[in-house]
Amino acid sequence: MSSTFDTVAGIIAETCDIPREKITPESHAINDLGIDSLDFLDVAFAIDKAFGIKMPLEQWTQEVNEGKVSTDEYFVLGNLCANIDKLVSAKAA
Amino acid sequence: MVDRIVSLDPGARTVRAECLVPAESPVFEGHFPGHPLLPGVLMIETMAQTGGWLVLAVLRFQRMPFLAQVKEAKLRSFVMPGQAMEAEARLLHDGSGYAVVAASIGAEGRKIADAEITYRVVPFPNETLRAEMLATARRVAVPEAFLNG
Repeated sequence: MSSTFDTVAGIIAETCDIPREKITPESHAINDLGIDSLDFLDVAFAIDKAFGIKMPLEQWTQEVNEGKVSTDEYFVLGNLCANIDKLVSAKAA
Repeated sequence: MVDRIVSLDPGARTVRAECLVPAESPVFEGHFPGHPLLPGVLMIETMAQTGGWLVLAVLRFQRMPFLAQVKEAKLRSFVMPGQAMEAEARLLHDGSGYAVVAASIGAEGRKIADAEITYRVVPFPNETLRAEMLATARRVAVPEAFLNG
C-alpha cells in the first residue's frame, strides 16, 4: 500500500504540478488537491501504465452518480490506492 | 480532413490514412495572403481525426471519441495547398472512458507533424451522430468489419 501510494503521489505531483508534501493518503483528489477531470485523465493514464491495469473509471463514475458510493471511495488517495492494489491482485490471479 | 483509410489494424492498434490538402480553400485567403499554408491547427485536427477513426474501429463504433488534449505537438514543416499527406496513429492506451494515441503526419518520406492525443470516449450522445459517423466511415473506406459491434 505504501509503495502504491508513493507511486500515485509521485504521478499526481508530476502530472498536476502539486507539491509532493501536500499529497497525503487522506487527500481527496478533487476536493483537496483541485484535480479537474482533464488532469485526472492524465493521472489515470499514468497509473494505468505504471501498474499495468485499466482503472474502471466509467464504472466508478456511474456508482458515484447513482449514489451507491461517495466520491471518497475512489478519490481519497488511500482508498484509490487500495482499489489499485485490488486491480493489480485481480490481474495477477 | 481524412480522405481515405489506407490500412487499419486493431490488432496492432495502428491506422494509416491519406489526406489531400485542397488546392483552393477560403482558409488560404487569410492564412496567408500571397503565401498560402495549411494552418497548424488543421494539421492537429488531421492527426486527431486519424486517431479518432482508430479508436472508433477498436470500439466497433459503440462509443465516440472526443478530442480532449493535445500534448507535445510539433509542426515540423509547412504544408502547401494541393499537398498529399499521409497520417498515422498508434493506440497507446485504451482506458476506461478515455484513449490515448501517438499520431503523426508525413509527406514524401518526411515527418511533418506529430503529437500525443487524448480523447474522452463516451457513449454516442444520439443515434444521429452515430449514423453520420458510420456513413462517413464508409466514405473514407473504414473496413466494414469494424463498423459494428
